[in-house]
Amino acid sequence: MRQTALIDVHRAAGARLIDFSGWEMPVQYPSGILDEHRAVRQRAGLFDLSHMGELWVVGSGAGEGLAAALVTDPPRLAQGRAHYSMLCAQDGGIIDDLIVYRLAEERFLVVPNASNRETVAQALEERLAGYDAGLDDASLRTSLVAVQGPLAAGILARLTDIDLAGLRYYAIAEGHACGVPALVARTGYTGEDGFELFVAWDDGPPVWQALLDEGAGEGLVPAGLGARDTLRLEAGMPLYGNELDRDTTPFDAGLGRVVKLDKATDFVGREALGRVAAAGPSRRLVGLRLVGRAVARHGSPVHRPGEEEPIGVVTSGAPSPTLGVPIAMAYLPPAEAEVGTMVEVAIRQARAEAEVVALPFYKRGAA
Amino acid sequence: MSVEIPEGLRYTEDHEWLRVEGDEGVVGITAYAAGELGDVVFVELPDVGRQLEKRQSFGVIESVKTASDLFIPLGGEVLAVNERLAEHPELVNDDPYGDGWMVRIRLADAAQAGELQSAADYRRLVEAG
Repeated sequence: MRQTALIDVHRAAGARLIDFSGWEMPVQYPSGILDEHRAVRQRAGLFDLSHMGELWVVGSGAGEGLAAALVTDPPRLAQGRAHYSMLCAQDGGIIDDLIVYRLAEERFLVVPNASNRETVAQALEERLAGYDAGLDDASLRTSLVAVQGPLAAGILARLTDIDLAGLRYYAIAEGHACGVPALVARTGYTGEDGFELFVAWDDGPPVWQALLDEGAGEGLVPAGLGARDTLRLEAGMPLYGNELDRDTTPFDAGLGRVVKLDKATDFVGREALGRVAAAGPSRRLVGLRLVGRAVARHGSPVHRPGEEEPIGVVTSGAPSPTLGVPIAMAYLPPAEAEVGTMVEVAIRQARAEAEVVALPFYKRGAA
Repeated sequence: MSVEIPEGLRYTEDHEWLRVEGDEGVVGITAYAAGELGDVVFVELPDVGRQLEKRQSFGVIESVKTASDLFIPLGGEVLAVNERLAEHPELVNDDPYGDGWMVRIRLADAAQAGELQSAADYRRLVEAG
């Protein structure tokens, strides 16, 4: 298993470590997932995301090449801005979801999921052929530390020369943070305000320690992949392998707006995605709020009340620490996907009632 | 490892404990198991009166991340279940050998308790990982 530069820090903190996509990662620290989740919602949490990929695409054809490779239109990004994107196959199926940052006119950073890093790197290599664009996989020499939560900006501001007040959501800036050179992005996967710090591999531990020292007094805590999962689920954010996969199109996942069918550059999957856009997807990703305490999990079948044959399947489920009830995301036929529809989720030998609700389950500032 | 494993209880390899009280037994999961599971959010317990065979599944425990079966260490009839867990599943984490108990059974054969693991046996199992 691969380990991040922070492995000893996690061990010393008493983290429970698991194999996540071939990386030995903290799933939780001793205080537990619920505490970590609440800390991020109310104060701040610190995440080691060094397992994620960092692919640099550089050259005069980098923007155009990425526009041909991805469903979005990176040349339209202003310098210092980012957007959510996807790499799709010819048939429109999602190979990975990722974030594209534009650091300079000819310099882009693509951040794929850890599990898909090599697949994405290979696909980009192929799709960028013919463009004046070089691909550099910096994943194994980059540490990525995220600080997320309502107090994140205040904590980080004291440790960086970057003007955070001027750094908008989905923006990125180059400067120094925690005493080392850093790229600081206002992005995250928790539904809270927060930042992701890309630093040199060996700078991971000092950056982690500096943030912890600065924020601990205000209640910042280390948070593992368990809390990251419940946080993103409440925020209605898809996870590759759960909501998204090769057999799913962006339109199924309710992310059709990401696909720029009208962009100037032809791109892989355009024809198939154009057809799905015209016909409408055959299923829709919905939020479910369950009655009772039993928790729906990935793979739980969803039924019309009282019926034997399932009509859909749960993609992610967890007890919601914020709402205090079990929540889930599921794919359902469009006719059953309307908010307010009652369905049943099969959990072990029983059925749990569930109501289709709007996503996200949680929106910051609205609580 | 300093995980709490009280003397006087009997243990299983599945991390349940049994406290024998005459011909009755009280069952829960160990502090080690509760720690491994993480925050417990739901405990599904059997109906009172149900007959359970030794090592039969008697319920399910759900943490934030996962669901696990619960196995009865010895056979018998369910006399009571811990109703407080319905509203306060976190008692399993906070007090696994006390307020976090799960079921009370009438033991079919209390003498079989000797075949279960002692605290020392169980500690060796836990420490072996």
